[in-house]
Amino acid sequence: MKILVAVKRVVDYNVKVRAKADGSGVETTNVKMSMNPFDEIAVEEAIRLQEAGTAKEIVAISLGIAACQDTIRTALAMGADRGILVETEVELQPLAVAKLLQAVVDQEKPDLVILGKQAIDDDANQTGQMLAALLGWPQGTFASKVEVGAGTVNVTREVDGGLETVALKLPAVVTTDLRLNEPRFVKLPNIMKAKKKPLAVFKPADLGVDVAPRLITLKVQEPPKRQAGIKVDSVATLVDKLHNEAHAI
Amino acid sequence: MSILVIAEHDNAVLKAATLNTITAATQLGSDIAVLVAGHGCGAVAEAAAQVAGVKKVLLADAPHYAYQLAENMAALVVSLAGGYSHILAPSTAGGKNTLPRVAALLDVAQISDVIKVESADTFVRPIYAGNVLATVQSKDSVKVMTVRGTAFPAAVAVGGSASIEAAAPAADAGISRFVGQQLTQSDRPELTAARVIVSGGRGMGNGDNFKLLEDVADKMGAAVGASRAAVDAGFVPNDYQVGQTGKVVAPELYVAVGISGAIQHLAGMKDSKVIVAINKDEEAPIFQVADYGLVADLFTAIPELSKELDKLKAAG
Ligand SMILES: Cc1cc2nc3c(=O)[nH]c(=O)nc-3n(C[C@H](O)[C@H](O)[C@H](O)COP(=O)(O)OP(=O)(O)OC[C@H]3O[C@@H](n4cnc5c(N)ncnc54)[C@H](O)[C@@H]3O)c2cc1C
Ligand SMILES: Nc1ncnc2c1ncn2[C@@H]1O[C@H](COP(=O)(O)O)[C@@H](O)[C@H]1O
Repeated sequence: MKILVAVKRVVDYNVKVRAKADGSGVETTNVKMSMNPFDEIAVEEAIRLQEAGTAKEIVAISLGIAACQDTIRTALAMGADRGILVETEVELQPLAVAKLLQAVVDQEKPDLVILGKQAIDDDANQTGQMLAALLGWPQGTFASKVEVGAGTVNVTREVDGGLETVALKLPAVVTTDLRLNEPRFVKLPNIMKAKKKPLAVFKPADLGVDVAPRLITLKVQEPPKRQAGIKVDSVATLVDKLHNEAHAI
Repeated sequence: MSILVIAEHDNAVLKAATLNTITAATQLGSDIAVLVAGHGCGAVAEAAAQVAGVKKVLLADAPHYAYQLAENMAALVVSLAGGYSHILAPSTAGGKNTLPRVAALLDVAQISDVIKVESADTFVRPIYAGNVLATVQSKDSVKVMTVRGTAFPAAVAVGGSASIEAAAPAADAGISRFVGQQLTQSDRPELTAARVIVSGGRGMGNGDNFKLLEDVADKMGAAVGASRAAVDAGFVPNDYQVGQTGKVVAPELYVAVGISGAIQHLAGMKDSKVIVAINKDEEAPIFQVADYGLVADLFTAIPELSKELDKLKAAG
């Protein structure tokens, strides 16, 4: 089978972002950027399916500014076979990303598309579901286990009460949760090799997709900061304070 | 303004998150319909009809809604969507699974995790693990959004008298099938509905040690939660995870034990009313948000806490 994996370039998860003083957005100059952690899990899962002989080809796709090439190269260094960049300066929202991915799916005809469940910048948790809807495909979101069978894929999902398993007809969309796998580290020689792997670049217009944002961000602000309280010196004092001061127990 | 709220339930019980979503709906308008889609879920529809503020309950009862598969749920919601200005679902695993599918089929954006309704088209939502809040405006014809339960009080579950109407089921998409589930069994309150939560992190060391936390949790009528590290290590099931990519909670009291306080964890609990941190590292970031911090080894502090709670109870 052929697998398409979506990899987003995001502010690294260790960075504590700040709102710009004028409230127009978040400060991203000189901030470390990385592959969205859920997308690393997506790439890893695709590679494992390839190593198991289930997948033949893995195509990694990123959408956004030219620097997203770095994110694609990381996926290639992990083991993806080739890359696609849909390049645009426009701020892409999940619906636009889903439409662009749909157009690429129409060309590439993968059997499985794997995305992260959530990008840790917009925290939207939408794109995979939207893509599945546009394609009319089934979806296995928040996956902690993926088992490919003949014409089907069983996906175990992390849900509010525990785990749920669904059987999906292929082709299908899967979004990854944290427990699906532990992504491998990229080895130096593979970074060199990844530079030689093919990477195609398209523009949204090439794919005939209107990517104009649907939501307008009026302002971005930091929430009120919580003040640190006091340190107590014993469990007895803690219980006393919780009972008599905070009235919490 | 006509608002459709998608109910969260398990065919037997209307889940509390629906009540918070209904409150968000009342801030948009008074013409509120609740969709109960499931199988053999008449009791849920009855419960939804009692909720204050609800005008109408739409009941779609069919075998292919039994497990609320997103493919079938989205098709149903889209078939009913005409005439509604807003479609809301709670930000639960179910809401997050279905609603983006609905939005895409309607060719509109979805607004995730709304924490504030500014007006009929303007909403506030957290981004970047809640480090910043974005105020967004939607120009779409229908506003499709998931609502964060902790940000809205629960609607009163009784006193309403909505009519219940049968909604015609949409066709079974037939592309997905429920295979099975492994639900965590517990007599403790549900995490997102609990008044008190005791959470453990990597510092707990192993799953067995969580018994220490369960003991104090039971003495406080609390739910038990966890950090990602504790879940990843297999100490507790996945549905215990509190945080940016787990559950968001805001109880009266949150006790973090052996949790460092990474931003991804804080994202899920920093709106709790009172926060207690028990950690042996006095530099742990969790202390920066804790009202009461105790620098101690949890393996001595938690058994002591258990005894102190007994004393408190004995003192009445
Ligand atoms: C994409 C992504 C999503 C994430 N989502 C979440 C999420 O939703 N929720 C979440 O929680 N995390 C999440 N994380 C992980 C997060 O970054 C942290 O790694 C995690 O929260 C750390 O868990 P911890 O505090 O239990 O472990 P650690 O950071 O290892 O902290 C353990 C703490 O226990 C203390 N300790 C150890 N032994 C004792 C003892 N005997 N007595 C007292 N204290 C002791 C230590 O001092 C330390 O502070 C996410 C990360 C990523 C990349
Ligand atoms: N610009 C993008 N480029 C590549 N993948 C993306 C992009 N935006 C979203 N995705 C994918 O969709 C997933 C969910 O993103 P979101 O819906 O924004 O939370 C991410 O984990 C990625 O796999």
